[in-house]
Amino acid sequence: MQAGELAARSRGRTAPTDISNPSYFHKVVDCQWACPTHTPVPEYIRLIAQGRYAAAYMLNWESNVFPGILGRVCDRPCEPACRRGRVEEKPVAICRLKRVAADYKGEIDAFMPDIPSAKNGKRIALVGAGPASLTVARDLMPLGYSCVLFEKDAKGGGLMRTNIPSFRLPATVLDEEIDRILAFGVEPRFGHEIKSLEALLQEGFDAVFIGTGAPKGKDLNVPGRTQARANVHIGIDWLTSVAFEHVHTIGRRVVIIGGGNTAMDCCRTALRLGGMDVRVTVRSPRRVMKASPWEIEDAEHEGIPIFDNHSPKEFLLDKGRLAGVRFQKMREVGVDRSGRPKLEPTGEEVVFECDDVLMAIGQENSFPWIERNIGIEFDEWHMPKVDNTTMMSTRAGVFFGGDAAWGPENIIWAVAHGHQAALSIDLMCHGKDLANERPKSSSSRFSQKMGIHEWSYKNDYAPLNRVAMPHADKAQSLRNLKVEVELGYDDKLAFKEAERCLNCDVQTVFSAPLCIECDACMDICPVDCINFIDNEDEPALREHLRVPAHNKTQDLYVSTPLKTGRIMAKDEDVCLHCGLCAERCPTGAWDMQKFMYVEAQAAQACLTHHNAYLR
Amino acid sequence: MSYIAKPSAHHPALPKNALGLTHRDYEGTMSTLCAGCGHDSITAALIEACFEMDLPAHRIAKVSGIGCSSKAPTYFLSRSHGFNSVHGRMPSITTGANLANRDLVYIGVSGDGDTASIGLGQFCHAIRRRVNMTYIVMNNGCYGLTKGQFSATNDKTSPSKKGDANPFEAIDLCQMAIQLGAGFVARSFSGDKAQLIPLLKAAISYWGFAFLDVVSPCVTFNNHPTSTKSYDYVRAHNMAVDQLDFIEEKEEITAHYAEGTSVSVTMHDGSRLVLHKLDQQHDPRDADAAIMAIRSNAAKGRVATGLLYVNETQQDMHDILATDARALNSVPMAELCPGVKALEAINARLR
Ligand SMILES: Cc1cc2nc3c(=O)[nH]c(=O)nc-3n(C[C@H](O)[C@H](O)[C@H](O)COP(=O)(O)OP(=O)(O)OC[C@H]3O[C@@H](n4cnc5c(N)ncnc54)[C@H](O)[C@@H]3O)c2cc1C
Ligand SMILES: Cc1ncc(C[n+]2csc(CCOP(=O)(O)OP(=O)(O)O)c2C)c(N)n1
Ligand code: SF4
Ligand code: SF4
Ligand code: SF4
Ligand SMILES: [Mg+2]
Repeated sequence: MQAGELAARSRGRTAPTDISNPSYFHKVVDCQWACPTHTPVPEYIRLIAQGRYAAAYMLNWESNVFPGILGRVCDRPCEPACRRGRVEEKPVAICRLKRVAADYKGEIDAFMPDIPSAKNGKRIALVGAGPASLTVARDLMPLGYSCVLFEKDAKGGGLMRTNIPSFRLPATVLDEEIDRILAFGVEPRFGHEIKSLEALLQEGFDAVFIGTGAPKGKDLNVPGRTQARANVHIGIDWLTSVAFEHVHTIGRRVVIIGGGNTAMDCCRTALRLGGMDVRVTVRSPRRVMKASPWEIEDAEHEGIPIFDNHSPKEFLLDKGRLAGVRFQKMREVGVDRSGRPKLEPTGEEVVFECDDVLMAIGQENSFPWIERNIGIEFDEWHMPKVDNTTMMSTRAGVFFGGDAAWGPENIIWAVAHGHQAALSIDLMCHGKDLANERPKSSSSRFSQKMGIHEWSYKNDYAPLNRVAMPHADKAQSLRNLKVEVELGYDDKLAFKEAERCLNCDVQTVFSAPLCIECDACMDICPVDCINFIDNEDEPALREHLRVPAHNKTQDLYVSTPLKTGRIMAKDEDVCLHCGLCAERCPTGAWDMQKFMYVEAQAAQACLTHHNAYLR
Repeated sequence: MSYIAKPSAHHPALPKNALGLTHRDYEGTMSTLCAGCGHDSITAALIEACFEMDLPAHRIAKVSGIGCSSKAPTYFLSRSHGFNSVHGRMPSITTGANLANRDLVYIGVSGDGDTASIGLGQFCHAIRRRVNMTYIVMNNGCYGLTKGQFSATNDKTSPSKKGDANPFEAIDLCQMAIQLGAGFVARSFSGDKAQLIPLLKAAISYWGFAFLDVVSPCVTFNNHPTSTKSYDYVRAHNMAVDQLDFIEEKEEITAHYAEGTSVSVTMHDGSRLVLHKLDQQHDPRDADAAIMAIRSNAAKGRVATGLLYVNETQQDMHDILATDARALNSVPMAELCPGVKALEAINARLR
């Protein structure tokens, strides 16, 4: 008997991993899993490294519809999820690489899906021309639907156009990607506000999609608000006025109230419209500020100070005009049950003198144009009840998506909702069940082995820091609202950054019957993730690995019993996907297999680049 | 061998030892041995043992002969001293080094060919002289480096991969080592790190000659179904006579060990060995009984593993020769080389 076998006899057992379930390996691709539209990130990064920008763009376009826009301003949930950020300090600059694909793609018209000239006879109304509605149109047009797009503004894009400032997102980029969809034959009705859903429904559309966003900026009722109204602006409305060039200037001293991304856009815009002393004030401590870290960084880089723990108490007036804001200073007294800090006033007050105030404390939905007696149920917060798989409301044929569905989110979620709503609309128009007959995702997996130590991907890990983004000259960009601040990576910087991707879609696949338990893979693994160990229940197993697996968001890959009765247990957490385990295995028990995951969409014509990877 | 190097990136939560080092700091360059070679696994066990014992790499000397096994020191402890000598000459190089500098930890790495054939005489005399070292044989029953010819430790019953019979009986290096007076004799298996690592730690802290015969399958030439040195065969016929807990001096003894079923041995440096007897007849302090245990298991076709024999009070070469307590590099030059006059005085005494 082996001495090792005498080690603590285990009580529980962890079941072997079912790798035939595509979710298992999909989850290992942290970025793709975190992306609401499941963009195949490592695949497009490899294409960028090869200089195949058009192919990289098309993979993105199929998944997320707006690669040029998202490559600049996406909320990038993929980046905090990126495995590289757990191995080193910083994740791969996934978002910026997306922009590289868009900047260098060249001519792509030939790759666009064919739009049938013979329509299928189904007419779909899309309300609001934000990213959610545009996605529904993109997905349905290649199937022969007629899409009528109602938008109260003069141009499409929604908040992407009216609120995201042009120094972050130039109008040319916006126009290109929106026009591409409109060119599919969408019938736009710009400048047409829908005032009654009931009336719209009477026009006999086969389905109605509501993508009207969360258009109402929150206000703050403190003393002096009404008297000071001429110089106290609602942030998102003010940004819209700037975008449509109704507003060109602002006072010298500007106070922004709020700590989210809107506040960051407000302060940076104010700086460009003539603000000399622009300050951001936040009620809560800095560490819980809602704005993305990179947006805060950019604002501070432009010299804008952030005052946290400042709660607005009163607008001060001088001769009937706004003269300043009085703040109550707050301090943290522990945290509440949800982990948010509990605040109490310190008693200390400060006054910031100012000429204008921008209020950026959040957005709300508002549906005054939806009658409450037409079968669309609303909940206690006045939000429509929407099914989170099908996106359908309680009235058959009426769908919601984007910020209109569950409140303010971001562009990529709006796109994800759009895809799901388009799928539902197509199922419905074919008389199918929206839930039970919903198409499933597809996936495939195949070996990357080319020769004895050759793989069809670059597996050599190199420690490289994240490539810094070159910025436009500050003196110039702070004077002109339209100068884009980020210049984008050139091909060389892009290649360098692309090399940081670990290729997490190239999976370590284990075959228990082949393993002779020689330990070679365990010994070579640079990050100690492979273990040959007695089986136990999962908490105990996690604790007893060579390096305990404390990151519970990451799965353990557990094999069936080996010859000695032990199991192989791999902690996926910080695997570098270097393939050394497979190189050192004498029997081929480990293989490196590329896993492709394709989320279902309404039109296969919008997935041809994805499907080309399936086997 | 692999084309890419093992990356320097490591698990962010990797434990550190008392020196603030991780086990990755005890590695060497990337192995060029065949993938799956048992020798690589012993290398990994050595890395782990030195890491756990908080050994400073610069106080260790690795010495080896020729063979795949003798290449292994390149693959661990890249910050230690090393000498890759000629075939079978590791013992005399180590003896000389140890005479010059008694303060280093000596790890001798050899193969069954390197030790049981060309170096057999050297092996015997290093034991006889009680060199304070850990002598490891990575035993695969063949000459791996020269394409798998039978070595002197290959069992008579174990034919070659191509089916040629082995005409000669095997030399059992553990029995020989006990007979020649090695103070610490153990056998283990490259595929059982739970047994091997504590044995390595105990051997390294042992004062005197410590011998470790580690069965280490050659995946390329001697891991076939009829081999007695294959992963499968050794796993099926492995008979551990005891289970060793190595307790370093700094550690507290927390577990309670029952009398009769365990043997406790205090080492020269204050660390302790607690041996849980799996074979009740076996007493590792009795050399005759140890040889009996090896032979009787072998007669039943089993490989006896574990700490087979330990002499609690061995004197090493320096004790026996009553040499200066200092390493030669710390003896002042005037003393080390007292000059012509002193030489003349010695010569005069001999006339
Ligand atoms: C200042 C600011 C900055 C932001 N920055 C980012 C960012 O960097 N990255 C990111 O991912 N997200 C950002 N967002 C959020 C993002 O813009 C939204 O989540 C996203 O645009 C929502 O898309 P949507 O399709 O749901 O609706 P919207 O983009 O809100 O579009 C809704 C459209 O519907 C129209 N509409 C509304 N009611 C009617 C009606 N009754 N009839 C006709 N038309 C109507 C509106 O005019 C609008 O054009 C930001 C938001 C703000 C306010
Ligand atoms: C003096 C001398 N004779 C013969 C050889 C050829 N030779 C090289 S390695 C080797 C055998 C090594 O066998 P072993 O020590 O068991 O090492 P392994 O490769 O099996 O680990 C021989 C005979 C040599 N290098 N030098
Ligand atoms: S690919 Fe294999 S060797 Fe490389 S980090 Fe992952 S498990 Fe370890
Ligand atoms: S290297 Fe291969 S055979 Fe050896 S333990 Fe790992 S998986 Fe098993
Ligand atoms: S030939 Fe045998 S001993 Fe040499 S490296 Fe290959 S497997 Fe190991
Ligand atoms: Mg050999």
